[in-house]
Amino acid sequence: MNALPCTVYISLTGALLTLVLGRRSPGAARVTALGSALLAWGIALVAAYQFHPSPAGLQTLVDVPWIPQLGIRYHLAADGISLTLVVLTGLAATAGILFSWNVEERTGEFFAFYLTLIGGVYGVFLSADAFLFFVFYEIAIVPKYFLISIWGSTNREYGAMKLVLYSFAGSALVLAGLLWAYAAGGAQSFAIGDLAAAATQFSHTQQVGMFALVFLGFGVLAGMFPFHTWAPTGHVAAPTAASMLLAGVVMKLGAYGCLRMALPLFPVGFVFWQPVIAWLAVIGIVYAGLIALVQEDFKFVIGYSSVSHMGFVLLGIAAANVRAVSGAVLQMFSHGVIAGLLFAVVGRMVYDRTHTRKLADLRSMSLYRQIPFAATVFVLAGLASMGMPGFSGFPAELTILIGAWQTSPWCTAIAAFGVLVAAAFTLRVIQVSFFGTSSPSVAGPSHTAAMAPISVPEKIGAALLVGATILVGLKPDLLLNLIEPALRSPLFQGVLNGGAS
Amino acid sequence: MSPDYAGLFLALRPEGALVLGALTVLALDLSVFRRHSGDLRMALAAMLGGIAVIGAGVLTWMGPHGSVFGGSLMFDRLAITTRLGVLALVLVSLGIASASRAPRNAAEFVAVILFASCGFTLMAAAQQLLLGFLAIELASLSLYVLAGFEKTRPTSAEAGMKYFLFGGMAAAFLLFGFSLLYGLTGSIDLPEIASRLPADPRNPLLVVAFVMVLVAFGFKVAAAPFHLWAPDVYEGAPTASVSVVASASKLAGFAFFTRLLWVGMPTAAGSVAALPVSAGWLPALAAISLFSMLVGNFGALAQQNIRRLLAYSAIAHSGALMLGVMAAGEFGSAPVFYYAATYGLAASGAFGVIAVVERTGPCQKISDLAGLHRRSPLLAGCLGIFILSLAGIPPLAGFFGKFYVFATALRLGGLAGPAGWLVVLAIALSALALYYYLVVLKQALVADPDPEAGPIKVPILAAIALVTAAGLVVLFGVAPSLLLNLP
Repeated sequence: MNALPCTVYISLTGALLTLVLGRRSPGAARVTALGSALLAWGIALVAAYQFHPSPAGLQTLVDVPWIPQLGIRYHLAADGISLTLVVLTGLAATAGILFSWNVEERTGEFFAFYLTLIGGVYGVFLSADAFLFFVFYEIAIVPKYFLISIWGSTNREYGAMKLVLYSFAGSALVLAGLLWAYAAGGAQSFAIGDLAAAATQFSHTQQVGMFALVFLGFGVLAGMFPFHTWAPTGHVAAPTAASMLLAGVVMKLGAYGCLRMALPLFPVGFVFWQPVIAWLAVIGIVYAGLIALVQEDFKFVIGYSSVSHMGFVLLGIAAANVRAVSGAVLQMFSHGVIAGLLFAVVGRMVYDRTHTRKLADLRSMSLYRQIPFAATVFVLAGLASMGMPGFSGFPAELTILIGAWQTSPWCTAIAAFGVLVAAAFTLRVIQVSFFGTSSPSVAGPSHTAAMAPISVPEKIGAALLVGATILVGLKPDLLLNLIEPALRSPLFQGVLNGGAS
Repeated sequence: MSPDYAGLFLALRPEGALVLGALTVLALDLSVFRRHSGDLRMALAAMLGGIAVIGAGVLTWMGPHGSVFGGSLMFDRLAITTRLGVLALVLVSLGIASASRAPRNAAEFVAVILFASCGFTLMAAAQQLLLGFLAIELASLSLYVLAGFEKTRPTSAEAGMKYFLFGGMAAAFLLFGFSLLYGLTGSIDLPEIASRLPADPRNPLLVVAFVMVLVAFGFKVAAAPFHLWAPDVYEGAPTASVSVVASASKLAGFAFFTRLLWVGMPTAAGSVAALPVSAGWLPALAAISLFSMLVGNFGALAQQNIRRLLAYSAIAHSGALMLGVMAAGEFGSAPVFYYAATYGLAASGAFGVIAVVERTGPCQKISDLAGLHRRSPLLAGCLGIFILSLAGIPPLAGFFGKFYVFATALRLGGLAGPAGWLVVLAIALSALALYYYLVVLKQALVADPDPEAGPIKVPILAAIALVTAAGLVVLFGVAPSLLLNLP
């Protein structure tokens, strides 16, 4: 448990090492990157295994004064929610490295940016001081620009710039909201608990305004409708490992920020905005699902499906009872794994071999004959994404819907319709991309000859992710037992109204 | 008051070291270094200058505290930290100077930089109108010379001339403002002036006086609408000169005018914490801040030239720094100092990279930086750190500077008045600013080099200066307390 902060340090050190080693040998950079990711993930798993929830919620890992002039502390802490997401980060990072084993251009720099991003993400999930949280949050933004614009594909410069400017604009809103709260609270401390205590004295208008700034800022990164448009373009432009991380963990940063900062700090503001958030979430679920249904680009389908699934997370948070929110956290984990898997299949297994993502082209290739492994993995991932029982998506979405029903039945009914839409676009894309009928005129020998077999790192990465989604699907208590006690801590008590527990 | 010459001498030892250094550089260049080639002469002169600056820094560190010479000079926290900061920034600029294409008269170049630093260090401590004016003029005249130093190159000559004309005008305004202040109060000592100022801040003479002072302030730190010289000087002047103008000169300017306004005219400040604003120089400063942030950020968006882009970014940063000046009366000048010092580090570092790139070919267009990551990974890495710090990305120093200034300005009155709104605007514009900074980094770190462009060799002195500056930007960002805890 106390080794958890090392996840941050290991990732950042790994970034430096790969940068240096990559100049000499790309292979050494790969191995170093994989080693640091595995080590950090191992620490996270051990910590999660040994974790005992405490009634106080966050358990301090490090707490030293950092900038005493402003009352800022270097305070890292963890509870069940952060542990869940730290474990997810380790898993996604490791899988992402396995799926980018074939990066040949500027390998060292690739992994350096990648590991910096990972280090920032670990830091966000472990921060208990708002300033520190924000610092890590921004550390995770800039590497995305370079990952996409250097190693990306379709329209990469546009996608990278759009994604980074959206993220940065979102973080500017967060900064404005937090600074406002800090100044209004007498500028004493940035500790989340202290800010929350100070916020009880704020006027209604202040709480409403601050909540709007902070929630909207984080919501942009979580893919909240109508600020989600960066996500599909960015995911499509990004190289495989970066799409896996973006959809897998970076969007979770936004949702985590909403949950960890916006809600506990400004409960009064939250009550005011709650219906708006719920409806935006529902619109996002259905709208993004319908858009995904008509996409012609394989990767865009997955990109919009991410937005749709993140809508469930926001719906769970908006419902504000223990059940729905624990479902939302479970969905964060589940979607992180599934989205990673989907992007891995599309970006690495299929695109790197066929050099096309157009569904019309793929339809004529009958890919299931040539790369059966990819087809199998994609069907499994698709089932998980549709929310089939036995995979992690099912308990997550079900818990959210049950919880949300108690607060806003109408939204829940429409969201349930969104599950159907998800099934529709997933089945369509499975059918078209892998099981199309090959017409001899188009599928000439050029396609069949050039297809490289699925490599070992790809198989290991896919096995890890599939294993995780099945494990959590069969035994969601593994995570729910971590998450639920955290939501009963005093900090969340004020904003979550019990629910049917 | 009885003149205390011994105290004055002790306090001004750093200035003595600088002048002595400048004279030594000139003398040695005339005698011993004559036979050496241009590049070596430049490096030797820069090294001698560096020794003088370090000596001045040590003497500043050991120097006296409190008021000296009947209050003409004030060695408080702001003064001492600013003097140290200015000297450190000049040191970086000297490292850059050693790398730039050697001007014909290397030693003169270094000597003038040292004279300018002498002006900066005096500005940091001056608490009297006459001394302050002399310090500013010493610094400014040196800077005009530095801007026009490559007199055979038309753009440099134009830069020098433009800077001089604008500067002369601004100095006239400042002197007129000072004379009015003296006429109103009968004193040239800032604390005396403060106690004798007319009680009503709307007194017409007083308004004219502080408006004149603000005009000079705006000119000195390149704040809109007095910024027009900046893009041309940044574009045309020798790179090492720009690095001094952008860093040390700015820091000294902010320190001097913060003292002048808050020690000399606190009763005329008015207020911008809440609506309705009360009359005084604060509302005028708020307007300058607003203009600077808008002009700077939107101007920078349109630039194709890296130097002009950095000039507009400097204007935008001045606007943000004004927010710190507004809050300095109530919450101290530490945020202004931290922001200006770390901004100076990053800006002079960025110009340092440009100076080294210039050794192999022109570096005017942003695309001249294309493929820097291939041509010199060291330069590309340093430039990345400097630009991201200017953009305000944590954990670099530029982020904490902005954060500290914004947090302090918000404490004035939350979002109830113009001060708070300006903070919100500044935060919003920082998201806009990231765009043009990323455009620079896209060329340096993403784009491929021109096939004809070869690798760049970085001279050792410049490499040391750049790596140190980049290291400090990271260090002060990760541990801001190091800088905030200076004496």
